Amino acid sequence: MKLTLKIWRQSGPNDKGQIVTYPIDNIEGNMSFLDMMDVLNEELIMKGDDPVAFDHDCREGICGMCSLFINGEAHGPDRAVTTCQLHMRKFSDGETIYIEPWRAKAFPVVKDLVVDRSAFDRVMAAGGFVSVNTSGNTVDANAIPISKINADKAFEAATCIGCGACVASCVNASAMLFVSAKVSQLALLPQGKVEATERVLNMVRTMDEEGFGNCTNTGACAVECPKEISLDNIARMNREYFKAMLTSE
Amino acid sequence: MSKSVILKSSIAKKYWMAFTGLFLCLFLVGHLLGNLQLFYAGEEGRRAFNEYAYFMQHNLLIKVMSYVTYLSILFHAIDGLLLAFQNKKARPIQYAMNKASANSSSASRQMALLGSIILIFIATHMVNFWGKMHFGEIPLHTYNVSMPGQMGQVQESSFYYTHDFSVQPVPVVKEIVVKNELELYIKNPEIKVGEGYKDLHSVVMGFFGKSANGNDVNELAWLAVLLYTISMAVLSFHLMHGFASAFQTLGLRHPRYTAIIKNIGMGFAIIVPATFAAIPLYIFFK
Repeated sequence: MKLTLKIWRQSGPNDKGQIVTYPIDNIEGNMSFLDMMDVLNEELIMKGDDPVAFDHDCREGICGMCSLFINGEAHGPDRAVTTCQLHMRKFSDGETIYIEPWRAKAFPVVKDLVVDRSAFDRVMAAGGFVSVNTSGNTVDANAIPISKINADKAFEAATCIGCGACVASCVNASAMLFVSAKVSQLALLPQGKVEATERVLNMVRTMDEEGFGNCTNTGACAVECPKEISLDNIARMNREYFKAMLTSE
Repeated sequence: MSKSVILKSSIAKKYWMAFTGLFLCLFLVGHLLGNLQLFYAGEEGRRAFNEYAYFMQHNLLIKVMSYVTYLSILFHAIDGLLLAFQNKKARPIQYAMNKASANSSSASRQMALLGSIILIFIATHMVNFWGKMHFGEIPLHTYNVSMPGQMGQVQESSFYYTHDFSVQPVPVVKEIVVKNELELYIKNPEIKVGEGYKDLHSVVMGFFGKSANGNDVNELAWLAVLLYTISMAVLSFHLMHGFASAFQTLGLRHPRYTAIIKNIGMGFAIIVPATFAAIPLYIFFK
C-alpha cells in the first residue's frame, strides 16, 4: 500500500509548526496505524531526519496513551478503537492521510503529535477519588451490596481510559464526556455518595479553569470515544451538578 | 451555594440556556396560535385579529409574560454568545482536516450562528410590528356601512370599532376627536366613548401582501416574505438541535423517554416554523 502522509511537525511548545508531507510505501493492511508510524520513523532515522514524536504505550487499547487526529477524526475513521487498534486496511492504496495532534487550549502541543494531557490529571485530583480509611480497619469494598444495574453502569463509565478523544472531537474542545464518566463512575456507587456534592462541584470547576470549552450536546464525543462512553454520563453529571449547586453550602 | 456557581460555571450557563430556550419554545406556540388568526379571512378576521392585538397589549398577565419573554431572549442571546466566545477560545488552532460531519449534525455545531441570525430577525420583526404597535402611528380600525341616505341614494359611512361594547359603533365624523390614537371623544373632549382598535391587521397585510387592502401596491412584499421564510428555516435548524439538547442539559435523559423527546423536538422544529412561514406565504399568494 502506497500512502501520502500529511503530518503536523512542531519542534517544541513555542514553535509555530506546520504540516509536512511524507510519501510512504510497503504498508500492509494488517499493520496497525502505530506500526505504520514506526515504519515512517525508521525511514526518517535512516535518512538522518528527526522522527515524528507521538504518544503510545500498551498498544492494546487500554492505556489511553495513543491519540492522533487521523483524517479529521480522533483515533481515525474506525469506531470504538484507539489508534493502536486501528488497522491500515481501513485505508486504501494511494490515499492521503492527515495526522494531527489533539487540538485544544487545555492540551498544549509538546512536540509534533504529542500533547500535554495533564489537565485531565488535575481534574481527577480535584475529586476523582473516594476517601478510604486505611488505618488498619479497611472495609472490603465488596461487602456493600450494589444493584447489578448500577454496578454495570459504573463499570461502563470506568472503562474511560482518559485518552482525550472527546476533547479532540468536540467542536468546543469540551471535556464533559471525560469528566462526566469519572463523576458517574463514583456517583453510582455507595462509596462515592459521601463526597458526591463536593466532587462534582470541584471537578467541574477545575475543568472550567483548565480552559476546556462548554458542552453543546453535539454528541461527537460519544461517537468518537474508543470506549463508547455514553452521553447518559453527561446527563447524569448535569443532574449531579444541579443537585450540588442547589444544596451545597 | 456561591453566586459564581450559578452564573459562571459552564454547566450552570447551560442550565440557563435550557430554561430560557424551553420557555421561548412555549412563547413560539403562543405566538403561533395568535398568528393563525391571520388565516381568518374578511372583515370578521380583521376585527378578530385587531381585538386580539388589543388584548395582548392590555392584559396584565400577558404584559408580565411579555417582559419575561424579552428577558429570556436577551439572556439566551447574551449567555449563548458568551458560551460561543469561550468555546472559540478553547480551540485556538483549528484542524487542517476535520471531518465533523462523521460524528455530529451541522445544526448542533452551528447553534451560535443560527441563533445570531434569529436574533437579527427578532430585531427587525419587532421594529416592523411590535414597534409600530407600541410606538408607531397606526390608524384605527374603521369599517364602512352602506345605508339609505337622502333622496333614496345609498350613502357610505365609516365607523370605528370600540373597546367599550355599550357605546359602539362610533361613527367616523368630524365631531369625534381621536386622542392618543386609541381613545375616541365625541364633541366635548371630556366625554370618552371608548377605545378604538389599532388596525394591526392591515399593517400585516400591507407588509406581506402585494397590496394593502387593495390600495397601495407593495413592491417589496416578495422580499419580506422571502426573508421571513428564510428566518423560519434558520429557526427550524436551531430547534432541531436545541429542543432535545435542552432536555439533555437539564439531565432529563432516560432510555425510554429520550427517543420520544427527540421525536417531539424534531416534529416541533419542523411544524412550528413551517406554520409560521405559511402565514406570510398565504397572505402573499391569496
